[in-house]
Amino acid sequence: MTKKAAARGRVSKPGPALQHGKYLFIVVFLVFPLGIYGLFTLSPYLQAIFISMTDWTGLTGTPKFIGLDNYSWIFSDSQTLVALKNNAILLLVVPAATVLLGLFFASMLNVGRRGRSGIEGVRGSAVYRVVYFFPQVLSVAIIGVLFKYVFAPTEAGGILNSFLRGIGLDSLAVPWLGDPNFAFWCVVVVMIWSFVGFYVVLFSAAMQTIPKDIYEAALLDGSNRYTTFRHVTLPLVWDTVQVGWVYMAIQAMDAFAFVFIMLGISGGPSRAGDVLGVAMYRTAFNDYRFGRASAIGVLLLIVTLIVSLVFLRLARRERVELS
Amino acid sequence: MSSFSADWSRRKFLRGALATGALALPGTGALAGCATSGGGQESTRGEKSDKNPLGVPTDGSLEIYIFNGGFGDEYATAVHEPMFKKAYPNVEIKHKAEVDIKGALQSRFVAGNPPDFVNDSGDGQIPLGQLVTDKQLFDLTELFDAPAWDTPGKKVRDTLVPGAVEQGTFGPKPYVMNMALTVYGTWYNKVLFDQKGWQPPTTWDEMKALCAEIKGAGIAPWTYQGIHARYMVWPLLTMAAKLAGPEILVDIDNLKEGAWKHDAIKESATALAGLKSSGWILDGTEGMDHIQSQGQWVAGKAAFIPCGSWLENEEKDVTPKSGFEFAMMPDPLLSKDSKMPLETVYAAAGEPYVVPAKAKNPAGGLEYMRIMLSKEGAKGFTEKVSSLTVVQGAADGVKLPAGLTSAKKALDAAGDNVVSWMWQSWYGTMWNPGINAVIGDLLAGRKTVDEFCDGCEAEAKKVRDDDSITKYTREK
Repeated sequence: MTKKAAARGRVSKPGPALQHGKYLFIVVFLVFPLGIYGLFTLSPYLQAIFISMTDWTGLTGTPKFIGLDNYSWIFSDSQTLVALKNNAILLLVVPAATVLLGLFFASMLNVGRRGRSGIEGVRGSAVYRVVYFFPQVLSVAIIGVLFKYVFAPTEAGGILNSFLRGIGLDSLAVPWLGDPNFAFWCVVVVMIWSFVGFYVVLFSAAMQTIPKDIYEAALLDGSNRYTTFRHVTLPLVWDTVQVGWVYMAIQAMDAFAFVFIMLGISGGPSRAGDVLGVAMYRTAFNDYRFGRASAIGVLLLIVTLIVSLVFLRLARRERVELS
Repeated sequence: MSSFSADWSRRKFLRGALATGALALPGTGALAGCATSGGGQESTRGEKSDKNPLGVPTDGSLEIYIFNGGFGDEYATAVHEPMFKKAYPNVEIKHKAEVDIKGALQSRFVAGNPPDFVNDSGDGQIPLGQLVTDKQLFDLTELFDAPAWDTPGKKVRDTLVPGAVEQGTFGPKPYVMNMALTVYGTWYNKVLFDQKGWQPPTTWDEMKALCAEIKGAGIAPWTYQGIHARYMVWPLLTMAAKLAGPEILVDIDNLKEGAWKHDAIKESATALAGLKSSGWILDGTEGMDHIQSQGQWVAGKAAFIPCGSWLENEEKDVTPKSGFEFAMMPDPLLSKDSKMPLETVYAAAGEPYVVPAKAKNPAGGLEYMRIMLSKEGAKGFTEKVSSLTVVQGAADGVKLPAGLTSAKKALDAAGDNVVSWMWQSWYGTMWNPGINAVIGDLLAGRKTVDEFCDGCEAEAKKVRDDDSITKYTREK
């Protein structure tokens, strides 16, 4: 406290001339960016909440206020419930699988081998580091189209099925995106594939800040790879994992582009691969029920907020200080 | 004064920022307006005369939006717009070619300043039924009652094929002008069939016998548009209507309870589902899209595919240079004692054009339609885009590609035995994703025929029970 006060004392006070119009000065600088923020971010949010309580079709200038009818529609429509269920699956499976794979790859790249100079990455880790990042460079749309052809039937040039048939596993060569049992899981796999690269890089960066002498100490104590990972690496990168976890949960809630491109606007065969993002798009731009679509959007907002709060809470853990 | 000199602390800064935000916000509201707020524009009309029966203002402008998709927009710039310009030299034509109609025009409909003429088509189509419900479309009765452009003594409506006006009618009034006439049927490669000595089957029993033979020859007998399985609704309903008469289609259009459980529908669905259970559908079809499956068919991997007469044009780039000739046959009869003859085809007027209700120059939009529906305009359309039109006899003497010739022959042979239905355009969501998913399950063997009928009934019920959807009915 005293230290702070002392520091403050050293700051030279501006003279009266500079004081004059200080608030005006701040206001002038803030009006423009805040105005843009209000116009393009806050105002659409507020309008969406208002629209979600109307019967607006998106084509008229005269929406009618209908209270919470759109929200009760969401929970009575079997298709949006399918979408909700799938969002829940995405929320649980995608972050978990991505974090596990990301941690595994990152630790292999950074601390996977006991080389001559102590702990280092596996052979060729410099190459892997670049390769893992490829999906991140491709846009989601390209990934979607790419995998649509990977999972296509052999007759339509599908790579996966051709490969399966090539090694004699004909019985596994099912029409992946045409079968309601698999279509959605194909999307899940693709999402994980496209997310992992980024988290490998993120976790790698965190792992590189861990001092090597800690590993050497663990090594001397006879700790094996798993124990080292569990009791040294993981606690020291937990902060990063936590951030990645929340961010990914929010990312996974979306999934719009993947599902829309790979499975189409109906949500795939038997409509079993639907997600809220696609349901919202379909309700707005196919059914022209902007009121209902906005209600789905608001629901998605609420769910995302709850999810991020819960995830932050769950992941809270004592921080390990490195100094 | 000295207490005011407080440093630029973070808290104060934030407080100030909040205040600024609060100040700025009301302003943004006024700036942005609301997404839902409408406005308007005045519409003008000119003097009516014999040469100008619709009262087109002879100066001013005409704003035209053409969907730039499979048909392109050359038919407008090279045929119809010059015709309009010749008749009204002082009107400025503002031509716009657009891939995404919805993206370009939705907000203009809301704001009340739409263009004068819109080709509402393609992936970005704004559903016509919804536009009608929201009172956004101009009543076309005047157009159809106006004298035809180049057929003296006849009204426009009398120069069109039967059903053309009705298919743009919602409730009592026509709101949509459909220009293209599409004939639907089952397609095959005539060269291949001639080579192998295969005859297009006329009954379903013949179809089954031929399928076994085709399979024996190492070709998959059938394929369909996979995830867009709804294309198979066309043969399904057409075969059912041939068996039991066109009344069953009226019941379906009117959302009558049990309409999808008619015995004829069941029989037709059983026949089509049998293709899968007999192993006659190209492997992997259910996982393909229309591009992939039609590509397979063109490549000779499958013998039959259901489609409309645009197929030939759509596959232009991938059709083999030799050894391929598009041919269409009417769907086979399910039983020898059917209500309608084999020649019956499903033909529907498509490619919709509308005049917005709040257009600045609605008479100009109507006049432009009258020009399109003239003999000269329709002939130019057929020549430019390789499609038949709703104008009677306009394609006579025009040299058509093989597939279209065969479609025209099928249509001519059908005479008055042309069936069509309205629910597809009246209730767009029932068509897709609704019944698309149900028939997809049937054809992939995931649903039985009874489950299929129940599923269709459920989709019809959804529309019936949704008060926010405007319902239409037809008598015959």
